[in-house]
This record gives sequence, structure tokens and C-alpha cells, in this order.
Amino acid sequence: MTIHEISTTRRAFLTGTGLVIGLAIAPKMTAFAAPQGVPAGGDAALTPLNAFVKIGTDDTVTILCKHIEFGQGPFTGLATLVAEELDADWGQMRAVHSPADDKTYANLAFGVQGTGGSTAIANSYEQLRKAGATARAMLVAAAAAEWGVAAGEITVEKGRMRHAASGRESGFGAFAVKAAAQTPPENPPLKDPSQFVLIGQDLPKLDTLGKTNGQAIYTLDIVTDDMLVAVVAHPDHFGATVRSFDDAEARKVTGVVDVKQIPQGVAVYADNTFAALKGRDALIVDWDLSQAETRSSDQLAADYIKQFEAEGLQATNNGNVEQAFAEDGVETLEAELVFPFLAHAPMEPLDAVFIKAADGSLDVYSGAQFPGMDLTTAAKATGLDPSKVRLNTQIAGGSFGRRAQFGSPYMQEAAAVFAATDGTRPLKHMWTREDDIRGGYYRPMYVHRMRGAIDADGRITAWDQSVVGQSIMGKADLDETSVEGASNLPYTIANLRVMSHNTTLAVPPLWWRSVGHTHTGFAVETFVDELLQKVGKDPVEGRMALLGNEPRHMGTLKKVAEMADWGSALPEGRERGVAVVKSFGTYVAQIVEISVGEGDTPRVHKVWCAVDCGVAINPNVIAAQMEGGIGFGLGAVLFDAVTLGEGGKIVQSNFHDYRSLRINEMPAVEVAVIPSTEAPTGVGEPGVPPVGPAVANAWRRLTGNPVRRLPIVNFLTS
Amino acid sequence: MVTFTLNGQQRTFDGDPDTPLLWVIRDFEKLTGTKYGCGVAQCGACTVHLDGMTRRSCITPISSIEGSEVVTIEGVSGPEADAVKAAWVEIDVPQCGYCQSGQIMSAVALLQMSPKPSDEEIDGAMAGNLCRCATYHRIRQAIHNAAGTMEG
Repeated sequence: MTIHEISTTRRAFLTGTGLVIGLAIAPKMTAFAAPQGVPAGGDAALTPLNAFVKIGTDDTVTILCKHIEFGQGPFTGLATLVAEELDADWGQMRAVHSPADDKTYANLAFGVQGTGGSTAIANSYEQLRKAGATARAMLVAAAAAEWGVAAGEITVEKGRMRHAASGRESGFGAFAVKAAAQTPPENPPLKDPSQFVLIGQDLPKLDTLGKTNGQAIYTLDIVTDDMLVAVVAHPDHFGATVRSFDDAEARKVTGVVDVKQIPQGVAVYADNTFAALKGRDALIVDWDLSQAETRSSDQLAADYIKQFEAEGLQATNNGNVEQAFAEDGVETLEAELVFPFLAHAPMEPLDAVFIKAADGSLDVYSGAQFPGMDLTTAAKATGLDPSKVRLNTQIAGGSFGRRAQFGSPYMQEAAAVFAATDGTRPLKHMWTREDDIRGGYYRPMYVHRMRGAIDADGRITAWDQSVVGQSIMGKADLDETSVEGASNLPYTIANLRVMSHNTTLAVPPLWWRSVGHTHTGFAVETFVDELLQKVGKDPVEGRMALLGNEPRHMGTLKKVAEMADWGSALPEGRERGVAVVKSFGTYVAQIVEISVGEGDTPRVHKVWCAVDCGVAINPNVIAAQMEGGIGFGLGAVLFDAVTLGEGGKIVQSNFHDYRSLRINEMPAVEVAVIPSTEAPTGVGEPGVPPVGPAVANAWRRLTGNPVRRLPIVNFLTS
Repeated sequence: MVTFTLNGQQRTFDGDPDTPLLWVIRDFEKLTGTKYGCGVAQCGACTVHLDGMTRRSCITPISSIEGSEVVTIEGVSGPEADAVKAAWVEIDVPQCGYCQSGQIMSAVALLQMSPKPSDEEIDGAMAGNLCRCATYHRIRQAIHNAAGTMEG
């Protein structure tokens, strides 16, 4: 699908809905009303038919989305599931965040409320369709009672209920209240996929309009009268603590109200943002480094490599690897790969707003990825009973994993800042970009050691891989997220051994869009490509021959090779690379075309992408996530590293030295969604892993230089 | 005291003259469509029009804009703005959306200067606007689409 095709096919939908193209123009500002936070659960005047569906008297249908919307599309996706079974018209659908509730709004894959692991659609597929079907049955039952007809004789289409024999007809709004009084059916029948009207269509996203006219409200945009803005001075070493501080100059800054020490640093409170920032700049803090991480990234890499000598944790051991390497005539290929720390760097840095109500209860506004956990954390820090705290999840300016943290350390800081005040003034706590880049919770550093055996007949007979790095899940034993994608290698190789070594350091780790696949996908897909090149096999054909047990890997690979016309003659100076990675149940194959660009760095011209995510709820959203995942992954492998310098001091601080892909570096992207009737899986993360190894493979074939250390631009000659 | 025009209305500011225009717009004028992303003119989320040209409001001291005309995403208007916003909606450019006010302000200024930009011109004019969701592919297409609709 190309963007042009999307654009042409979607005009019909757009004109058919309430979205009016060409009139999305904000009126000239006449009043300067302060933007308020969006309350969780939406407008209280709407009638709830169940935990997920509210009906307005104006016929609007509002879904309560248990997953945070930060660009990956759950507002649209979950609304589609409801609308499908409700037989609603797409133009009447709306979405808001649900309240925080680990029971009612649990992610069925996690057991608590939370967004992550590309699970939003997968875990909601039946639940939200059932919510739609239940609401439909209640509306129909209410109409049947009022009209004195059998419920079975009422049809529903595009939000209109009709009784053909009597000619009666109504929208949902007129029956909302009466429907709410109906007993919800236990197990309403769900449609067979062949009956889907909305699922599978390129429906316009529900949140686009407000994101093109400045009206969408993010946490940072919440403004109230008398609001305090607070920022915190943080150390530039992980594990450092405040020994003492001098706030004399900070307090002289006009607008600075107070300065207080909190466990995470020193907080500056001010009447406006600039005063808070200026006040923080004027602070003098003496940091105690006695417990800090003082090793540099280079030292860490050297220490990690030493770990290969230790026993390690066994992830997979099939066949007999040692014996395979010892066979006569075996040729061995070895590689050592080093992956840096990566910051998520969402465009909106972490932030939270706290507003105490007259009755002593507290409203917290935040881009909460684990709302229940954030609520409990805010309650504990402020000494309130959790029942007195409302966590209002706001749309967020990206996350890429950053907003989902066990124990909510960000909320601990923000709530500590608020708790240190008397609570009478609303408070906004914000991180600056520097706080974000230097704030830890990175994709950890990893080192991989790879060894492959090629026998005398040119067959790949053994694969031996060891991974050293932090356990994201904080485990002492094997952490599957360190080896996922390698321990379950899709390629049929008789002798397979994957080992893992956990390391301990003061730099807090976190999942980063596609988690373990960020490095295992790179290691596996570059190494198999190198092995195939060594035995003279074509990268696509060679992979196909090793993927005999994996039809969906093969399906995406075959499709992407067709799209790219793999094997066709390339312009002078161009080369192609391929990679296929399954992550979070979704299969993605990508082919890239590159040349040597400015500064002898890879220039990526085009990416073809085939994705198999089961039933496609919204192909346009899927394509968008592939395009975005490709750009996000490409930026990281080309440019990004957070580095600890001499003595463990964090080197990078902002977008000038933590590079992000820019538009002039973005390739053209073409995406194909493989038709499927399998249960749907996620798309937020799986677009990311293949692009890096595909570029590295093309680069190696073009220049002869394998990529052993990331980011690519820093280590091209290694 | 600094006097300037914001979206066609005369405004004054008598706070700290070092205050960047971004924080005057957001904290004092309570127009929050203009975003903070980096504070050092590296990401473009804070892009506004100052006397008709794009300007990174996060590094523009309010004291430097006496008498100027400031236009933000809330107030930008005219055929280019209409075309750009409509094109953005039509192919659902935004993902998280946080950078998009800045993207749109840069795109509108580009079309005002160059009604039918090439890919290279688009890349040149838009390279200062980061999008961590990497919606660039659609931004490029939407600008072409907007240019196309203005022709017609």
C-alpha cells in the first residue's frame, strides 16, 4: 500500500463521517481559556451501558479506552472493535481514556491495567467486541420494549435501529437511558470475520483532528490558576545522591517560590516554567558519588566481554554444539557485537499534574502507561488512601516504553515533589529534555558473541550465541527478554545453543520499543546473513531454505521480495539488504536499498515492508506503525547511544548529541499487510527490529565492512 | 514591558525579559498548541511564525520581539494553512501528535515561500522539525498533497 493509495481510498470514508475536510481551522483566538486536563472516563452526562461503552443523547458512542493513546492507535483500534459489533457508524464514535482500575480495565495479557508488549489489540479483540455486542443487545431490547415488537425483528446498521414491518427507526441516543436499565446478555454472539463491515477498513483515526489544530491537550498543556511549576536538579552520575546544596541564588530568581530536597534531587518550585528552569540553573548542588556507577561505557563493554568466560544461564541447548564445531572440515564464523544504552526520548518529556479538590481528594494527570501502579504510587507518596486519588490518563507525546515502569519511579519523583508542598496550589512537575536523555531507564547495553559452524558440504550446522547485559525484568536467573528471538531462533539449525549472562550496574534498565528484539534481531539477522554470504547463498532464498518450519516468516519474506522485485538490477552504487523478525506474535520482513551517503555513512533510499499481524483491524494504522517503526529503528542504529564517559558521567544531554532521524534521512516506505484470519497481534513494536540488520547487511555487501558496534555512524571502520 | 501581536491581538508582557517566547505563549497566554520539546532549538516542536517567518520560540527571548507579529498553530490561517491542515487530516499524519503543531507551522511557511516544493525542498525546510514517531514519510506526502490542492 502506498500513501497515495490510502489517500484515494479514504476520501469516501472521510466525506461520509463527521470529519469535515478543509474546515479544520481553529477560529481566531478571542478568549484565552486555560486548558484543563481531560477527566478519565469522559463526560459524566453520557450513559454507560458497560465499562467500555457510553452513549450520548446526541447519538455519539464514546469508548473508554483502557490503553493509553500515545500514537500507536488504540483509540481508533478499540473503537473499531466496539463499533463493529454495535453496528455503529464510524462518524459517531469517540474515545477517551478509562479510569485507572487494575481489575475492570486490566490488560488481559498482564493481569493489571497497562499498555505494552504490543498487546492492546490482541488482548482487547474479544473483550471490546463483546462490549459492543452487549451494548447493541441492550439498545435493541430497549427499543423492542418501547415499540412492542420482537427484538429479533430489529436490525441495526450504521447506528440506526429499524423495525421494517412497522417502519419505526431510531438512533442510539434516544434509547441510551432505557438500554442502561436492561440486563446485559451474558454471551452475546459475535460476528464471523466474514461479516465484518468496519474491521479491515482504513477508518480515519479518531485523534487526528485535535493533533492538527493545536487543540489536543497533553499533560504539559494543563494550566490552572495559581499553578506551581516544579523541576528537579538531577545528578549526572547514576546512583549519586545530594550531599548538600546552596539555593541562595536560585531563591533570588523572580518567580521562584521554594526549593526543597527530595529523594531524587533538589526541587525548584516557581510561578511559571521559565522561572523554575532559571532557578534550577542557579542552584549549586554537591553530589555524593560514593555509591555511583563510575565505569565508562568502554569499561563496561570490556567488563561485559570478560563475562563470556563465566558459566552463564542456559536459554537453549539443542543437539551438540561443541561436537558440531569439532567435526572435520568445519569452518567457523565468529562475531562480537556491542550495543549501546538507548534513551526513548519521547517528544513530550515525562510530566504530571496534581490538583487537590476541596474534599481533600487528589486528581493526578499523567501519560500513565501503568495507571493503577501510578495511582498507588501517588497515593503512597501523598499519604492519601488510594480511593481518594483519581489518576486521569492523558494522551501522551510518545513513550516507546518509557512511561511503563515497575514501581513507577517517575511518579515517585513527581508525587514526592507535590507531597513536599502544602498541597494548596495545583502543581505541574516536568522533566526537561536533559532530564529525559540523562534520566536512565535505558535500553541496556548488551554484548553478543556469535559463533557459527559451516560443514564441508557448505551447510550451517551449528549456532552458538551468548548475550551479556542487564536483566530488564530484574531477574537473577534467566530473563527471556535478554534472549528472545535468539533462544527461539526461527532458522532450522541442528545444533543451537544460546546462553545469557546478567550484569548488575547502577544504570536503571527498561524495555525500549521491541525490547530484546532491539539487539537479538540485529545479532541474529546480521549473523545469518553473513553465514549465508559465506556459503554463497542468496539472502532471501537462503533464509527461505532455513525457515521450513515457519510458514508466516516465509510468507512475509516472499511478499517483501515480490514488492522489491528482489534480484532485479540495481542502479550503480546501490545495494540491498533483507531481514525478517517475529516479535510480539507479529511477523515483519523488510528489504532496504542503500548507497554510501554523506560522510561515508549509509544513505537509505527505500524500505519495503511486509507484515503479518493476523486479522488486520485497520490497515492504515498498521502501515503507519510500520513506517514509524522503521524511522525510529533506523535513527537508533544509525546515530543513537547514551554513553558514560570517564568516571561514569553521562555524556549526552539533548537532541544535538542524542541524534534522532530527521526527514531528510527518512527513506520512502512501502508496506504490505498480509491477509490473514489468525487472531490479531500487535504492531506498535514489530516494525522496529528488522530495519537495523537489513541496513547493516546491505552495508556489508556494499562495502565489505560488517557492522559490529552500534550506532553505525560511530563505528563504521570497526 | 514588551508589546507584540499574538494571532492578531495586541498583547503585552512585563515579566522577566529573558523569558523565551515559548513560555510566554504557553504559561502566560495559555495557548498550549505550541510545544516544548528540547529548549535548545533542536527539535522544532516550538515553531511559530514571527513576522511571517518560522521561528523557534524556545530560544527567542521575549525582549527581542518588540512590535513583532506572532502567529501560533491556533491562529495560523490562509489558503496554505487550510491546505496543510486538511492534507494532514486526510492521510492521518499524526501519531502521538506532539510535534505536529511545529511541523504544520514549518510546512505552511514552506508553501508560502514555495507553492510546489520538491522532495529536496521539503527535506530542507522540514529538517529542523523532529518527529520521534517518524511520521516523516506522511509529512512529505501531505505537503505534496497540500500543494496539489492549492493548484486546483
